Amino acid sequence: MSANCDIEFTLNGVKRQLSVPAGMSTLEMLRERLGLRGTKYACGEGECGACTILVDGLTLNSCLMFAVDCDGRELQTVEGVAASEVGARLRDAFVANGAVQCGFCTPGLMVQASHVIEHNPGAGAAEIRRGIEGNLCRCTGYKKIIEAIQAAEQKNG
Amino acid sequence: MGDIGSSLIGKRIPKLDAPDKASGKTRYIHDLEAPGALHAKILRSTEVHARIVWIDTAAAKRLPGVHAVITAADVPWQRPIGVAKDHLPLKTDRVRSLRDEVAAVAADTEEIAEEALKLIKVHYEPLPVLTTTDEALAPGAPQLHEGHANNVAMTFDYAQGDVAQGEAQSDVVIEDVFRLHYVTHCCMGVSGVIAEFDPGGSLLLYSNTQVPFLHKREFAEMLGIDPGRIRIIQPPIGGGFGSKLDVYPFEPIAIFLARITGRPVKLLFTREEEFLASPTRQPVVLKLRSGCKKDGTLTFRTVETVHDNGAYTSWGATTPFVMMQTVSSLYRVPHCKYHTAAVYTNNPYAGSFRGYGNLQATFAVEAHMDKLAEAVGMDLLAFRLKNAQEPGEVTPQGMHFKTCGFKQCLTTAAERSDFVAKQAANRARWRDANPVKRGIGIASMLHVGGGAKIYPSDGCGTILKVDDFAHVTLITGASEIGQGSETVLAQLVCEELGLPLSAVSVVNNDTDITPWDVGVHASRTTFIAGNSAIGAARKAKAKILAAAAAKAGVPVETLSLSQGFVFSENKKLFELGKFLRGLHFSDRAELVMTTFYYEPPSKHQDKQFKGDVSAAYAWATQACEVEVDTLTGIVRLLKVTGAHDVGRVLNRLGIEGQIEGGMVMGMGYALTENLVVENCTVKNPNFRDYKLVTAPEMPEMDISFIETMDGEGPQGAKGVGEAPAICMAAAIANAIYNATGTRIYALPFTPENVYRALHGAAQAPAWGKAA
Ligand code: FES
Ligand code: FES
Repeated sequence: MSANCDIEFTLNGVKRQLSVPAGMSTLEMLRERLGLRGTKYACGEGECGACTILVDGLTLNSCLMFAVDCDGRELQTVEGVAASEVGARLRDAFVANGAVQCGFCTPGLMVQASHVIEHNPGAGAAEIRRGIEGNLCRCTGYKKIIEAIQAAEQKNG
Repeated sequence: MGDIGSSLIGKRIPKLDAPDKASGKTRYIHDLEAPGALHAKILRSTEVHARIVWIDTAAAKRLPGVHAVITAADVPWQRPIGVAKDHLPLKTDRVRSLRDEVAAVAADTEEIAEEALKLIKVHYEPLPVLTTTDEALAPGAPQLHEGHANNVAMTFDYAQGDVAQGEAQSDVVIEDVFRLHYVTHCCMGVSGVIAEFDPGGSLLLYSNTQVPFLHKREFAEMLGIDPGRIRIIQPPIGGGFGSKLDVYPFEPIAIFLARITGRPVKLLFTREEEFLASPTRQPVVLKLRSGCKKDGTLTFRTVETVHDNGAYTSWGATTPFVMMQTVSSLYRVPHCKYHTAAVYTNNPYAGSFRGYGNLQATFAVEAHMDKLAEAVGMDLLAFRLKNAQEPGEVTPQGMHFKTCGFKQCLTTAAERSDFVAKQAANRARWRDANPVKRGIGIASMLHVGGGAKIYPSDGCGTILKVDDFAHVTLITGASEIGQGSETVLAQLVCEELGLPLSAVSVVNNDTDITPWDVGVHASRTTFIAGNSAIGAARKAKAKILAAAAAKAGVPVETLSLSQGFVFSENKKLFELGKFLRGLHFSDRAELVMTTFYYEPPSKHQDKQFKGDVSAAYAWATQACEVEVDTLTGIVRLLKVTGAHDVGRVLNRLGIEGQIEGGMVMGMGYALTENLVVENCTVKNPNFRDYKLVTAPEMPEMDISFIETMDGEGPQGAKGVGEAPAICMAAAIANAIYNATGTRIYALPFTPENVYRALHGAAQAPAWGKAA
């Protein structure tokens, strides 16, 4: 059985202190220990993007990151992103452009899209496609997701 | 009248559940907590086919934190499940496939449950394995199920006219064998269930099922309790696509564990388990023989198919019901003969999947439409138009096409994609030096669009309550699985009552509250539940207007509801909320309406499959443009031009999304997805090796709607859920032929398979080495 480690990090702007088992993933910590269920499990192997979060401003698959490695870092989950200005714009654009069907991929895409917009504000359709290629969606065929991200971008300008 | 100008029909209406979903607030089954819940895991067979000699659970039971370890011996009251009731949730003395459930554990945590699985010892005595339908059908093959000599699970036979006569009248006759592969749903939300009994023995089930009311009965029989004591709540579902239409073993197993431990039990699959133990779209070997006259008139079709049913029977076995419709009735064919044998093997078993056999049938039929046209020297579009169905037709199988936009679909898709000119230009480049070729192909489909008479009836109930602030609660039997039904139903109600969308709440996920419904399948929800919702709203409207007429002393015919007001001719008479408040304080408000819609009576199919299967039929044509790199075998889908007869567009945003998603799903079936099953073992149970289409590969999509205004449809609409996935593979196959001059008869068109086909090497079949 794995030993526990004490870690300290910022989550959606709030300082957290936690003792976590060495083998626990960040996804599990978020969902099971901290009750943040917006971040989804859909593969656990870094292949689908449903568990995407921001770590120090970069997107990561939280299922592949050990919770202990959150120590000293700044995390943002979909709950945090949705509360931000960019997140609100994205949410409205996802809703208005029909980018949500079953919605299971949506939290991961919201986080990934916020990253695309922040880091490449003028991204065109091709760059957006590349930007979200690690996020699988079984329902929408991606078109409306790409349109939504573009719409959110335009409101930016 | 009063609502002129404010109609919601055809507008781009955002989904009601989207804001929560886009904020990470929606609670799927994975996100629900049942206080005190135990976590369950299932032990699956390690043998493909074997006798279970003994199971030793003693060590697992001793593990701290384990509350129950069960095998079939602990639930002697379990009953067979599935469409043919041919397997038990927990297997007794025999396993027939690698996914078979042998034991299950409930423990304090998932980790402990997994630990406990490792401590269970099972002694198997291997039995001979049937890896292919060929092996299963061979004389002397071991029999997988009692009562099924030759391992044939089900057969389907249909005939019209006399194919021998049809063949004699033909100037051209062709015959080919098509091979279709395994794919699986890949719902982003993995399977899961939470089961909980109250002290009196009533069951509360949180389930992702698409058919809650039908499942109540099955679970009740299994538990030996009154179905009235089972309540099913469906949390928002992370994708369905047909995967949740049958009772699969994990749900009863969670129920057993909950009953035995007296605690809530939560069971979630891992992604790997989802690949290994959810239903598949089944592989089909399809022999098609067809003919036509010199002038392009189709004469006959003969189809023989062998379906790999897998170890047990679920809905996959019954897909011939749909396949034969395409064979007999997509185009006018006087003489047809259809035969399917669904054959038991030790492979994963087949369920229902969006399109329900129609992808496979259309793939073959549309390849032959191209080949026959070419053989008689006719233009591919003209040949199809010559044989296409028209409105009013009753086909020899008995399907009545009251509305039919097929010809408009064909011409619209062809014109918008510049099909005829591009076809010719691409062919002219077959022999040029550029190894990268372009191709365009066209294919069409016919599917039920007005419910489906699979069960004795196809009904859906609605309860509508109108409160004193003119807020409406629509309580419907129809489940939302992400497809947007709740939004469309709310829209239809608002349209009747002249209210904004914000005035409606939808309740659709609790069998203790919602009225009966047969379930989400067969593209039926908008049509059946929509008509039901409209019925309830009209009743409410009639009552409100009658009361208003009495109060104002004007004839009811002069009144209407619009913009939250009762209008008299074009004047606002009463503010609706205020008027309703008054009505509620009176003694005769009774503003709860109920209505129940069944599709209109028609000739049900008989045992020979003759008769009507739906109140309306959906049509579509899709033109696909591809680029084929002949040096690598890589096929890129550049553009899809789709024309869909949807009756009428209700929610433009929703219907576009459904069609785009379906197109990309159909594209995955054709180009990237392949569940590799070798020696009855799934070799690629993960997203790395099972390739879903990703955003960069998405084609350009151009969608046109053909609005035929179906007389029976809600506001004229027909169902569309499955349609867009159906003819993609067929159109892509035709496009590859147009690009290269090579016709490929087996899916998927992965670079390896395409390369082999182009360069003459024997093509590696996608599964086994079946006939
Ligand atoms: S769950 Fe982390 S990438 Fe799929
Ligand atoms: S909306 Fe269902 S997976 Fe993307």
